[in-house]
Amino acid sequence: MKIVFQLFLTFFNIGAFTLGGGYAMLEMIERAVVEKRHWIEKDEFWDMITIVQMLPGVFAVNTALYTGYKIKGIRGAIAACLGAIIPSIVIILLIAVFFLDYKTNPVIESIFRGIRPCVVALILSPSVKMFINAKVNWKTAIFPIATVCLIYFFHVSPVYIIIATIAGSIGFAFYSQNRLKKSKS
Amino acid sequence: MIYLQLFWAYLKIGIFGFGGGYAMLSMIQFEIVDHYGWMTVEEFADMVALSQMTPGPVSINIATYIGYTVGGIFGSLVATAAIVLPSLLMLYLVLKFLFKHKENYIVKTTLASMKPVIAGLIFVAALMMMNPVSFADAGLHGNNISVIICAVTFACMFWTKINPILLIIASGLVGYLVY
Repeated sequence: MKIVFQLFLTFFNIGAFTLGGGYAMLEMIERAVVEKRHWIEKDEFWDMITIVQMLPGVFAVNTALYTGYKIKGIRGAIAACLGAIIPSIVIILLIAVFFLDYKTNPVIESIFRGIRPCVVALILSPSVKMFINAKVNWKTAIFPIATVCLIYFFHVSPVYIIIATIAGSIGFAFYSQNRLKKSKS
Repeated sequence: MIYLQLFWAYLKIGIFGFGGGYAMLSMIQFEIVDHYGWMTVEEFADMVALSQMTPGPVSINIATYIGYTVGGIFGSLVATAAIVLPSLLMLYLVLKFLFKHKENYIVKTTLASMKPVIAGLIFVAALMMMNPVSFADAGLHGNNISVIICAVTFACMFWTKINPILLIIASGLVGYLVY
């Protein structure tokens, strides 16, 4: 029970304090889940991000579900997921119910002019860490470069890239397994 | 009836919404604006901006907001539950399989081969935020405070163990004092 509650609290914290959406939460999630609580090993963390990114749904919610499920099964998954979404629901409802003029408030706007470049760094940092973990070399660099070009310059939907990546990676895995078998025999 | 429509619309988004936050936006816009007509394009854009300025996952913020506009507090709960539910089921099935076959060569190689693309996907998200809205004062004639904030936070995040929440608060404070 204690761990289920810790899962809830950890993701509640992340949900309540991270601005900039799912990717900007990555850094926070890594620190909480890998460095502070030691629930997931560093290498497995990047495996998890890969799996979660390939599945449909809300990125931060999927990450919470994965972590929760790994630590405490279905109960853990639900606790972590609720933790991640309850702050959102409460804050948005407060703004919507009371018609808070949040967006056009000049003080909020100046605060956000400071936060927006911070959010860029918040997303940049895990992307660099992912490059390192993926052991991207001169040969494999073509994949992230192509991904960036296709989405950013040619506005290709990431959906197609994800489907192609899943198919290509599974194909490559079988291909290299066959080659391994042949070279052994 | 409206709750059923909300539930169905968001169930679809939860099932087919690949690629995280910003990739999902176009799909959400199709369902909410074009298909059901619950919001105008302008209202939608305003709401997305608001959802990016409040804490939490952007898609959840949007689901709560749309749910509330369409069907009150109960509507917001219905929309949020519907977007999460497919993830819960799908992850349960996928993880059960993956944890069982963790050491399998095919599983390991597939995962490793996907990673360079994921690195690119996350980088694109950062690239898309590097726009004039985030860096309004950048350039030869600006004072480039936004660039400095970005560089300093990146360095702190990458090389130190400072809590990112503190960095967000500090950046907000700098913004408040400077702008």
